[in-house]
Amino acid sequence: MKIRVRYFAGLREIVGQDAETLTVPEGTDVAGARALLVARYSRLQPILERSLCAVNREYVPADRVLQEDDELVFIPPLGGGAA
Amino acid sequence: MEPVIQITREPLNREALVTAVAAPEVGGIVIFEGVVRNHARGKQIRYLEYDAYPEMAEQQIRRIVEEARQRWGAERVAVAHRLGRIEIGEASVIIVVATPHRAEAFEACRYIIDTLKTTVPIWKKEVSLDGEAWVEG
Repeated sequence: MKIRVRYFAGLREIVGQDAETLTVPEGTDVAGARALLVARYSRLQPILERSLCAVNREYVPADRVLQEDDELVFIPPLGGGAA
Repeated sequence: MEPVIQITREPLNREALVTAVAAPEVGGIVIFEGVVRNHARGKQIRYLEYDAYPEMAEQQIRRIVEEARQRWGAERVAVAHRLGRIEIGEASVIIVVATPHRAEAFEACRYIIDTLKTTVPIWKKEVSLDGEAWVEG
C-alpha cells in the first residue's frame, strides 16, 4: 500500500524534498516506516530517533499501524525557547 | 467569537489582531509578541528562519485556544505565527487575548504561548555568524 510522507525543517534539508510516496507492506507501523526511511537516507537516523510522529495531523505512538493514503510526518524536537 | 489563527509568511499586523478581538464586553487585552533577538546561546544571530507543518500547526493551535477558553473563559483570542526569514526585532509570533477582566487574559495568554512552544509543529533555524542550525529543546 502507499502512504504519503512529508518533510519539514531539518528533515527536509537532509532528504532534499518536501514529500514523497512510500510503498510499504500491509500492517506496517510507524516504526517500520521509520526503519525504511533510515535505510534509504542514513543521515536521517539521529534526528528520527529524537522525533515524534504524526499521522494525519495527530501525534501517534510508533506502534500505530498505517493505512493506505495516510500522511506520515516525523516531528523533530521543537525549538521551545526559554520562558 | 471564532478564534483568529494565522500562519503566514507575511509580516504580522498587531493592530489588526487587537481590532479582531476587541468588543464592548472586553475590559482587558493582553498581547504577547515574540520578537527575534540578536543573540542566543552565546552566538550572535543574523536572522531566524521558521518552518511549520501548517495544517497540523493550525489544528494544534485551535486546540490550545479551546483549552484556554474552557479554563479561563477566554472567548476572544487571536494567534498569528510568521514563517520564513525574520529579521532582528521583527515579530515571529503574536498572541492577543481579550477578556472582561485582566487576570484571565494574562493567564490564558501565558498558557497559549507556553503550550504553543512545546506542542505545535513550528521550527526555527538560527542563522548566526558561525553557521546555521535548527533549534531543539
